[in-house]
Amino acid sequence: MSTATLPLTAPSTFEIFLSETRYEFLRMLRTRTYSLSVIGFPVMFYILFGLLLNRGEHIGGVAVSRYLLGGYSVFGAMGAALFGVGVGLAGDLSAGWLELKRSSPMPPLAYLLAKCCTAMAFGVIIVSILLTLGIAFGHARFSATEIASLLGLTLAFAIPFACMGLVVAMLVPMNSAPGVTNLIYLPMSFLGGLWLPIDMLPTFLKHFAPVLPTYHAGQLMFIALNAPAYGSALTHWLYLAGFSCVMLGIASLLFHRSEQKS
Amino acid sequence: MSAVLDITEPTATRTIPATRQPEVVASLTGVTKRYANGVLALDNLSLSLRRGEIVALLGPNGAGKSTAVKLMLGLSSPTSGLVRVFGADPRDPAARLRTGAMLQVGSAPLMLRVREHITMFRTYYPAPMPYAQIIKAAGLDGLEDRMFGQLSGGQKQRMLFALALAGNSDLIFLDEPTVGLDIEARRGLWTQIRALAALGKTVLLTTHYLEEADALAHRIIVVNQGRVVCEGTPAEVKSMGATGSLTPSPSATATRTIRCATTLPPTTLHALPGVTEIQVHAGLSTIITSKPEAALREMLALDTSLHSLEVIAPALEDAFLALTSKAQ
Repeated sequence: MSTATLPLTAPSTFEIFLSETRYEFLRMLRTRTYSLSVIGFPVMFYILFGLLLNRGEHIGGVAVSRYLLGGYSVFGAMGAALFGVGVGLAGDLSAGWLELKRSSPMPPLAYLLAKCCTAMAFGVIIVSILLTLGIAFGHARFSATEIASLLGLTLAFAIPFACMGLVVAMLVPMNSAPGVTNLIYLPMSFLGGLWLPIDMLPTFLKHFAPVLPTYHAGQLMFIALNAPAYGSALTHWLYLAGFSCVMLGIASLLFHRSEQKS
Repeated sequence: MSAVLDITEPTATRTIPATRQPEVVASLTGVTKRYANGVLALDNLSLSLRRGEIVALLGPNGAGKSTAVKLMLGLSSPTSGLVRVFGADPRDPAARLRTGAMLQVGSAPLMLRVREHITMFRTYYPAPMPYAQIIKAAGLDGLEDRMFGQLSGGQKQRMLFALALAGNSDLIFLDEPTVGLDIEARRGLWTQIRALAALGKTVLLTTHYLEEADALAHRIIVVNQGRVVCEGTPAEVKSMGATGSLTPSPSATATRTIRCATTLPPTTLHALPGVTEIQVHAGLSTIITSKPEAALREMLALDTSLHSLEVIAPALEDAFLALTSKAQ
């Protein structure tokens, strides 16, 4: 009994990654429930609290329009990643779509990175809108270095929240994924000090905040904008790196467990 | 329940001669699959797919058809036994370069156009099928700019079929491909599936439509409760169901049901060549025989008043029901 062999070589993972990213971005942009809410929430909150209700106040010597821009940028980056990667993956899983993709030669890494990069792109869109609004209507001033670090941090923050999204997708079925994500996303933003300075929270919540990744991301953002912040940048980075690894580990454990069941 | 079928001729031409056995492209050897919840999906099952043939995996719900497909796609691993696709483990990414699949997918991303979905899948393969050829083969002309979410049920199935073709793969798995298609679309897809086999591609098809297996397959493998009940050409499987034998024999393939109004008594009918069973009901006699020509010749000679004659080949559905119920 003769058997055929495998002569062909695969196209490069990088090329596939580029095409996946392109179509993932298009898909999410066209999915209004995603694009409108993920961009709309931080922009709306910023207009309301950073611009309209702002009477020229300062937080620790920093204009409110500047301070809140930092907080809502982190909020935006988190929303884009949690909804894009988490809810997006939960949808692909439940529809059997991921199974079809996995049966194809698509490298799984290309798929995951495409989702993560799409979330990053949405983060950049959100921050660009916030910056435009803040500079035009909030009289906020940013140096080129500050703008660069604002964008850089937004890109980086997509990673821990994307990892968290993977865990949500593995645990929660599609029809409850958006609800559960909102239950994580909104309280975590508030309690992590992204909507108002951590000092304004009651003492027991203030002590709880350092458990949350939003707190560390927020503090890094405030450090970059020369606003009052707690702790050193290094410990915040270490926390976020550790958080990402733990989330990634849990997600991969859950994935392998579900694979063994199938 | 049986139907008058005119399948004898096309079935015969579809049979691959036994003397020229093409190479095996995929196989399951003694595969047992027990899920974590204790369900035994496959029970020491072996099957092999040869180059250029269309094989239909037929069985009731829960027979293990989709499990067999998932194993060959490397989406699941066997509890014991060996799964080979092009001589490699199907979980090896290289094996996936040569397979294409249409699975029972609830939904593809709704907000991507047909064109974009196909373009994306083509990037996965080293030598994909030309774009225009995919569109033509799947009957998607004029639908290329529609979002997946705007397609009708049948159009969605056709796009998923297009994705299975995208890689121009040598081995294509189609899990219930014509669910939700109307008769015309189903026949259109059958033509495409036959065209794939004509190009030397191997197609494994699972289906609930017995008619589909009968119309398409070179070989039918009947599965029930995770085991192969029988396999053979559609004609062989039908006759196995009719005669109750699980091994095909040349005489069995000729089995026919003769129905007519005759004055001959049951004892005479029983004595006719090859007769295994007779029934008389409302003036009509039903005779099952493995030598229909000889039996008919005698009947017509003995009873000149014989009328309302019908000769019926066993329907696949009957064979299928007979075979799967026997296995239980």
